[in-house]
Amino acid sequence: MIPLRGLAWLLALQSLGELMARGLHLPFPGPVIGMVLLLVALRWEPVRTPVAACADFLLSHLSLLFVPVGVGVIVHLPLLAQYGGRMLVVLVLSTWVGLTVTALVLYIGRQRPPK
Amino acid sequence: MAQFVELWVYLSASPLFGLTATLVVYVLAQAAYARLGHAPWANPVLWSVLSIGAVLLATRLPYPTYFAGAQFIHFLLGPAVVALGWPLWQRRAELRQRWGRLLLAALAGGGAASATAVALGRALDLPADVVLSMAPKSVTAPVAMGVAQAIGGIPALAAVFAVITGLVGALSGKYLFDGLRIARDPAGWRARGFALGTAAHGIGAARALQVDADAGAYAGLALGLQVVLASLLIPLVFRWL
Repeated sequence: MIPLRGLAWLLALQSLGELMARGLHLPFPGPVIGMVLLLVALRWEPVRTPVAACADFLLSHLSLLFVPVGVGVIVHLPLLAQYGGRMLVVLVLSTWVGLTVTALVLYIGRQRPPK
Repeated sequence: MAQFVELWVYLSASPLFGLTATLVVYVLAQAAYARLGHAPWANPVLWSVLSIGAVLLATRLPYPTYFAGAQFIHFLLGPAVVALGWPLWQRRAELRQRWGRLLLAALAGGGAASATAVALGRALDLPADVVLSMAPKSVTAPVAMGVAQAIGGIPALAAVFAVITGLVGALSGKYLFDGLRIARDPAGWRARGFALGTAAHGIGAARALQVDADAGAYAGLALGLQVVLASLLIPLVFRWL
């Protein structure tokens, strides 16, 4: 029951985020506003306990949620046949650049443990 | 045989098929991933996508028919993005202490990934809408779709690019970080995890979580930050360009 209550909170906050995005013409997708709202709402224990139970489950299986959209690649096979090689080069190289820059900025500025 | 074909036609047309296939194939792929000692190349998303895609192509089942069932899983991406607030909240003390450096890393890394993708895509003469669909590729799929729509890309293509990007990060991150001589100590794990969450969103974060708890937590943090930064900044930057 507790994780279910957590899901109810997540959906309610997402809906509220969706309403705010549309109503106030905010540049964020609804779920992103929902996430920010959740950060505020987590101060309250009645939100925190159920959301923790649900979020831990949902986030530990996050990769599953990408499968349906990933399978969508078959719709774009003609595009892939035409540009696939170049697209892969772009995606791979830009991902490596992103990983390298992020990791180095954080790692070079790390706090060394006191000796 | 005729009866089997009839049965298959009935079953494959009902939403039950897409939902069951997604879940069963993923559970099997996850089991294989565990059995293979979580080798990067055994990534469960990669193999699930490849096997389901192959079945759809072989049986000529249209993607929309599959998605009619699979959408129930896809739908959970929304609440999952909201749920990202939870790891952020859990680490709020650390976030407050290191926010400058973390924000800098998230901005620099996310910006570098997006800018490289757009510049390289243009240099290689990819069509304009394809290039625009690549700009938000470091953010988690549902947000990438929203951002792509806002800047004139193709949402469905943006989602596919995001998934491929996540897979590239999950598959190759380990070797890249080893090559950069990032240690396997707490500071190293934090940097590795944060980088995976920034440049390879949920799929990279899942990989980070698999390897180290600290890396996983920082990946979750980076993922949440990147969602906020990208959905705010990418549309802004493209409005100026």
